[in-house]
Amino acid sequence: MNGTEHVIQLAHGGGGRLTRDLIAREIVTRFGDGPLRGLPDGATLPSPGERLIFTTDSFVVQPLEFPGGNIGDLAVHGTVNDLSVCGGEPTWLSLALIIEEGLPLATLGRILDSVRAAADACGVTVATGDTKVVARGQGDGLYVNTAGIGRALPEFSLGPDRIREGDCVLVSGPLADHGMAVLAARQNMDFVNGPRSDTAPVHRLVLAVREMGASVRFMRDPTRGGAAAVLNEMVEGSGVGILLKERELPLSPNTRAVAEMLGIDPLHVASEGRVILICAPEAEAGILARWRALPEGAGAVRLGVVSRDKGRVVLETLAGGRRLVDVPRGELLPRIC
Amino acid sequence: MKYIDGFRNPDAAAQLVRKIAEQGRALAGRRVHMMEVCGSHTMAIGRYGIRPLLPENVELISGPGCPVCVTDPGYIDAAIALAERGVIVATFGDMVRVPGSASDLTACRSRGGDVRVCYSPSAAVGLAKDNPDREVVFLGIGFETTIAPVISVVETAVREGVRNLSLLTAFKMVPSALRALLTDPEIRIDAFLCPAHVSAIIGARVYEPLAAEFRVPCVIAGFEPLDILYGVYGILGQMLRGEAKVENQYARVVRPDGNTKAQALIARYLEPVDAAWRGLAVIPASGLGLKAEYAAFDAAKKLGIEIRPGKQHAGCRCGDVIKGKIRPTECALFAKICTPDRPVGPCMVSAEGTCAAYFKYGAEEGEKR
Repeated sequence: MNGTEHVIQLAHGGGGRLTRDLIAREIVTRFGDGPLRGLPDGATLPSPGERLIFTTDSFVVQPLEFPGGNIGDLAVHGTVNDLSVCGGEPTWLSLALIIEEGLPLATLGRILDSVRAAADACGVTVATGDTKVVARGQGDGLYVNTAGIGRALPEFSLGPDRIREGDCVLVSGPLADHGMAVLAARQNMDFVNGPRSDTAPVHRLVLAVREMGASVRFMRDPTRGGAAAVLNEMVEGSGVGILLKERELPLSPNTRAVAEMLGIDPLHVASEGRVILICAPEAEAGILARWRALPEGAGAVRLGVVSRDKGRVVLETLAGGRRLVDVPRGELLPRIC
Repeated sequence: MKYIDGFRNPDAAAQLVRKIAEQGRALAGRRVHMMEVCGSHTMAIGRYGIRPLLPENVELISGPGCPVCVTDPGYIDAAIALAERGVIVATFGDMVRVPGSASDLTACRSRGGDVRVCYSPSAAVGLAKDNPDREVVFLGIGFETTIAPVISVVETAVREGVRNLSLLTAFKMVPSALRALLTDPEIRIDAFLCPAHVSAIIGARVYEPLAAEFRVPCVIAGFEPLDILYGVYGILGQMLRGEAKVENQYARVVRPDGNTKAQALIARYLEPVDAAWRGLAVIPASGLGLKAEYAAFDAAKKLGIEIRPGKQHAGCRCGDVIKGKIRPTECALFAKICTPDRPVGPCMVSAEGTCAAYFKYGAEEGEKR
């Protein structure tokens, strides 16, 4: 229509419809017939003995340091969390740095300290890595890639096809803190008491419910595209939908206030330390109790229920009406992770 | 947030919905077409799922109050031409995907055009200072609400001697559009849910001649769900009593005479001009342009760019949607060829566009059950 079909636009990285189209067209068509089938957060690999989960993620967040974290701990958490929500116990990480000429060594040092601290906290070992430097103007301070390997926990057998009407949708804490914190940290937006990123590992939350693994249908971490993108992906093309209640959405006051001010739907904004889990209704209380016993799960609540609304995520609003919760579109927040 | 939460109270909303249902029954046999003028109302109505809460015989139709939607494609063509000449084009984010005659600003940027999205017009002043050897043009579109902050950029530039910044103006005034709609024989409007923030600038009294001349109740409402429901309640109340007057349900923000400081700022720099509205054609004296003495800040004059009428997609019915003549779902392109990812018309692009609201919040959810 406008000539943009032939070039990459910022919105292709937004986590919304264009991102999914790009992956479907360019990646899945070439690589989609092996472990990438169905685009899980990590691939489960056949191996002699135990099953392994393998994933990779690149981080281009700007600014490099933001309230609540930096690109270093974010890069560890992102990969650890992808392994965890696939039902894996994270074990090894790779760490690749692409550094732009001129980055202060002190900044690099702080970020690598955070990588180390985060890896230690997650019980993962940085087993291999790579460092490249590009000329000034050819990067943006620092890009980080991490890949991770984890052991598949045998208690879990996860898949969106296991979701049934009447299941419960749980979340381990308030939504959207990471995306709003990064946005607020950008130029010209100095908020006093602004939002703080929730960047944190979720592996303990997953380990805490492994004994109830048979009742857990599916897990995702609501990163790019927010809860809206993840929930839509969970039910897209299936015979079930998800019903959320606006009254019950978990949002921290600071995040809610900034989202309100900027007119951004927090359901479209990324978290980096939360799990969305769908379980059989009888497991709800047990999972919430186990999560709430951990500091990172203190704010765990039920987010919604699985409905018969085919493939649609619907919100019951404060006014008592209903509206669709669509996947985000365009470049709402480029480079948040 | 506590303050806002008061206007989102679910129990109060349920009570109002019940009262509106009673009014609907009292008006049985009559169909009420009320137009929400403002795009932010359209979005709030979608966001809170209000349309299906109204009685079967009461319809909220969306109006021309989305500044992006009423911008003529020729204006986008002019902005693209500026970016292609190496000018930095600074704009609110809404504009970058609005289709011009053959392309849009996103495509222009992907081809190397320097198009910057600003959250605030004052960021354009910063851009001009940071790039002293380049021209910066801010896309000055919008209704009365936006005009004052955008024009304050000129005031800052004058004060601080910034010479490489100008505005490409396509400012528009809401009351002129309402009059044009009321005189269009093809459109039936029984009442207006008048805009909140526009009214904060222009004042409540501005609507009085319209209410009196065309016998249409005009109720100014805020953007929260209780505001909107209360506005509908006010309109239906007037209709039941046979009245047609201006009611200000948003008195916590809107004054009878509006914001006189903003009005003075606008009057200092701008004067009425004829303006092309997408869907409504050219309405005399319905826009605002920079006065001759500020030509140095008028991008069209300074950089010699002419805004010519643009072309729109043959099947696009944005014009009819803007006038409230059809609902988005009645356009053959809606959700099929025209989606937010591949928008054909501006009503699908803009964050305040009616088609975008229907798509985003669910066409099915927007219908009565």
